[in-house]
Amino acid sequence: MLAYVIRRLFYAIPILIGVNLLTFTLFFVVNTPDDMARMQLGVKRVTPEAIEKWKAERGYDKPLLYNENAAGAARLTDTIFFEKSAKLFVFDFGRADDGRDIGHEIKTRMGPSLAIAVPTFLLGLFVTVSFALLLAFFRATNLDFWGVVLCVAMMSISSLFYIIGGQYLVSKVWHLVPISGYAGGLDAARFLLLPVLISVVAGIGSSTRWYRTIFLEEIGKDYVRTARAKGLSEAAVLFRHVLRNAMIPILTGVVVVIPLLFMGSLLVESFFGIPGLGSYTIDAINAQDFAVVRAMVFIGSVLYIVGLLLTDLSYTLVDPRVRLQ
Amino acid sequence: MRALSCHVPLLSLAILLGGCGEVWNNPYPSQDGGGNILYSAFTERPKHLDPVQSYSEDEAEFNSQIYEPPLQYHYLKRPYELVPLTAEAVPRPRYVDAAGRAVAAESPKVAFSVYEIRIRPGILYQPHPAFARDGDGKLRYHDLARQDLQGVHSLRDFPHSGTRELTAEDYVYQIKRLAHPRLHSPVFGLMSEYIVGLKEFAERLKQADAALAAGGRRNAWLDLSQFPLEGVQAVDRYTYRIRIRGRYPQFAYWLAMNFFAPVPVEVDRFFAQPGMAEKNLTLDWYPVGTGPYMLTENNPNARMVLERNPNFRGEPYPSEGEPADAGAGLFDDAGKRMPFIDKVVFSREREGIPYWNKFLQGYYDSSGISSDSFDQAVRLSVEGEAGVSPEMAEKGIRLETSVGTATRYFAFNWLDPLVGGSQPDAASRERAKKLRQAISIALDWEEFISIFANGRGISAQGPIPPGIFGFRAGEAGINPVVYDWSNGAPRRKSLNVARRLLAEAGYPDGRDAKSGQPLVLYLDTTDRGPGDKPRLDWYRKQFARLPIQLEIRGTDYNRFQEKVRKGAAQMFAWGWNADYPDPENFLFLFHGPQSRARTQGENAANYANPEYDRLFQQVKHMENGPARQALIDRMMAILHEDAPWSFGFHPKDYGLIHGWVSNLKPNNMARNGLKYRRIDAAQRERRRAEWNRPVLWPLGIVAVLLAASAAPALWGWRRREQARGRA
Repeated sequence: MLAYVIRRLFYAIPILIGVNLLTFTLFFVVNTPDDMARMQLGVKRVTPEAIEKWKAERGYDKPLLYNENAAGAARLTDTIFFEKSAKLFVFDFGRADDGRDIGHEIKTRMGPSLAIAVPTFLLGLFVTVSFALLLAFFRATNLDFWGVVLCVAMMSISSLFYIIGGQYLVSKVWHLVPISGYAGGLDAARFLLLPVLISVVAGIGSSTRWYRTIFLEEIGKDYVRTARAKGLSEAAVLFRHVLRNAMIPILTGVVVVIPLLFMGSLLVESFFGIPGLGSYTIDAINAQDFAVVRAMVFIGSVLYIVGLLLTDLSYTLVDPRVRLQ
Repeated sequence: MRALSCHVPLLSLAILLGGCGEVWNNPYPSQDGGGNILYSAFTERPKHLDPVQSYSEDEAEFNSQIYEPPLQYHYLKRPYELVPLTAEAVPRPRYVDAAGRAVAAESPKVAFSVYEIRIRPGILYQPHPAFARDGDGKLRYHDLARQDLQGVHSLRDFPHSGTRELTAEDYVYQIKRLAHPRLHSPVFGLMSEYIVGLKEFAERLKQADAALAAGGRRNAWLDLSQFPLEGVQAVDRYTYRIRIRGRYPQFAYWLAMNFFAPVPVEVDRFFAQPGMAEKNLTLDWYPVGTGPYMLTENNPNARMVLERNPNFRGEPYPSEGEPADAGAGLFDDAGKRMPFIDKVVFSREREGIPYWNKFLQGYYDSSGISSDSFDQAVRLSVEGEAGVSPEMAEKGIRLETSVGTATRYFAFNWLDPLVGGSQPDAASRERAKKLRQAISIALDWEEFISIFANGRGISAQGPIPPGIFGFRAGEAGINPVVYDWSNGAPRRKSLNVARRLLAEAGYPDGRDAKSGQPLVLYLDTTDRGPGDKPRLDWYRKQFARLPIQLEIRGTDYNRFQEKVRKGAAQMFAWGWNADYPDPENFLFLFHGPQSRARTQGENAANYANPEYDRLFQQVKHMENGPARQALIDRMMAILHEDAPWSFGFHPKDYGLIHGWVSNLKPNNMARNGLKYRRIDAAQRERRRAEWNRPVLWPLGIVAVLLAASAAPALWGWRRREQARGRA
């Protein structure tokens, strides 16, 4: 198992280099270092000298990928790509283009992101799995039919509608919770209730349909028929046998998401004024801050790789037949 | 027991929300209720709070409450007038010749203008650890090693703070910082043309910085006080002198900006210590000033808080203003000591909908009006006067409007062979001029204002907006090429006039008279997607009326700027906000030597007219008066005739204010307005409670619905289980 994990971690290196290269290329296709300097220095009274100075201070005055004027390995290392990418692999994110420490920002903003993402994830999982089990139990009945119709309707609605509608009803009309904002400590609960509720509700449609399909597939298998033939109650069949055997496809979708919870939600954080990593990324994109964008994409890639690895490891826990070599 | 467990979540929710006081949706801590606190919001996080770098209005909203340049704008008087802030008086320049002998202002021998500024004694800085001293009188936190900063994450982590008196040296130090090699002052380029020796000073600093780096001390503190700056000196503890090249009367306006606010050497040295920048402990993050407020919480991701500076000397509320100010209650606090508010909380609101709704709930004290909420907030009378809607009036909300010191325009690139004015032969130039004039008539800015700005603007007759010297109201001020004066108001000329001009330009019916080919023009603009389509379609429609075929070359803002910078855009729409209330700040946008394509100046249209340039050189150095007005009139006539811009409109600012806020008068130049404001916190508290009573019946309905939907499922479950059991 350990050898497998180590091998997978080594595989991650070329993937991360590739992701970094792709991010770099995409970013600099759209933005030049001059654009970045102008964005930071403002529009008014910016002289060409100020732009050159800004670029030189941040190392953006070098060639992007290949330095023709350098010799030897420096042709590749004395470039913007190498200088901006190499430190990422030791998780040194450096400073944002406005001079602020990215690592500090990430640490500060991780908490609010997790404060929304973790309850949304856990509550959403519980609600959708329960609802899917209920529909599976009442399969081919009116309840199942109307349940699926409800799910299709819910998944057809834009998440923006849930957010704006939720804010309008719960906060504006009923005055039950603040519309937006955030506070630390226990006071955060008041601000998290609505975004968590909306995120859970917005995810019910698609997740329930997915889990219902998995459960129905399991329910048709021989071992379920055997369990029923033994005289087990339907509840025992569903919870003790079907749920456990449906764990592998569920884990495939669920475990990979867990590390990405750190990254936050772009839309929810923006509308609810939550100072998390999602809004940090949006801000950086708007400000053309390459340092932050590459750091966030890098962290996202690392977390995704970790998520996939955890998924593989979790298979061994839920299915004894799976062995990682 | 089972019933109780079912109700636990609802009970917890009720207890949680009930803990928030009588309103549940208050986003602020309950202990702040009834406090003398102003609540505001910001959309973009400030990039810079260092006064040498900060240049945006968003940043000035914070910095101008903290920093105090020597001058400020009078809060109530119009036209805008400079008055002393920390200075004893508004300085009058003394003119000298090259030998240093005093000469008259009008003398052609004027080589330098000397501004001598005397500041008031006894002004103190806000409490700050950079000023903290130990028992021996030594600065406590000025020789810190990196390890001393372990556990320090903000200025609050320094247990001691101190203050000291503001001196003239602090102003001198800040002017030197304009040239700091590690800082990017947007006005360094401009100021180095005027302040004697600033350019050379920058070179010396650059060398000193390079020497530090070569000595292995990169980013070590560069003590600017060790380097003399020829044109700026402290004369005594409270007086400093600035020497300017030639005449530049607009320099006084710069003295009201934060670029010329004081920065004490101790603070610069404090933040330059090793390890500080890594912890975001910089002057760019923690401003230090003598103003009425100090920044006590800087979390630009969520909120920023200004609190009353305990060392602030107090400043009397103005007792003079416009005649209408008395009726508006703006003199009620005349002579009283400011500031009136203890604390200002700025919350980050990225989206407009939550911001607007929180304003309506009373959680923000003022708000702008987006296009989406315009109809809900504003009603236009038959006479076209704007007022609040009945819904707003019922809440006691009032509307404040003012014409901004800004101009939106549609520019023709002077370097373009078709629409520009740089052709070698006079006949081509004349054709191009008539084409520009025809387009200027066809672009119906009144319609644009009505459709895209909800009527918030007045069509421009020239680049100078109302409220700035040089603007002429009425018939004398209209653009005679585009408008006629009719029934006491300017009327846009008919399209027939535009079509005739187009024909005279060689394009009858929009076709080249020689080749018969349709005339195709190109508009470079930013295109951010479907939201911009109506605006771009409007431009197409305006040109089609002539008829001219318009091709839109939409792109992102960076590419757009690049095209303008290179002079590659044929036509484009842009805008200009005034730095200071002087006509020079608008007229220089047409000054040939400041062409964007040639010199990266602010003349984005690359317009060039020798007569205009000559007049500009005269006008920029003159004091306001009839002589200056006459020259400006002549310059306007040149611009009207040449039509390098289709003068678009001057936007109107609309703001909504709750009834509990007083002493608020829109001021487009002064950014330090928070000290004048007053709030009635008790009234606000009452209104909030009245407007935000929690509506509980939906919770009951949700519970009933959940139970109603769970019951048949439970019943069905049991029935199935029993059926299986019987089988």
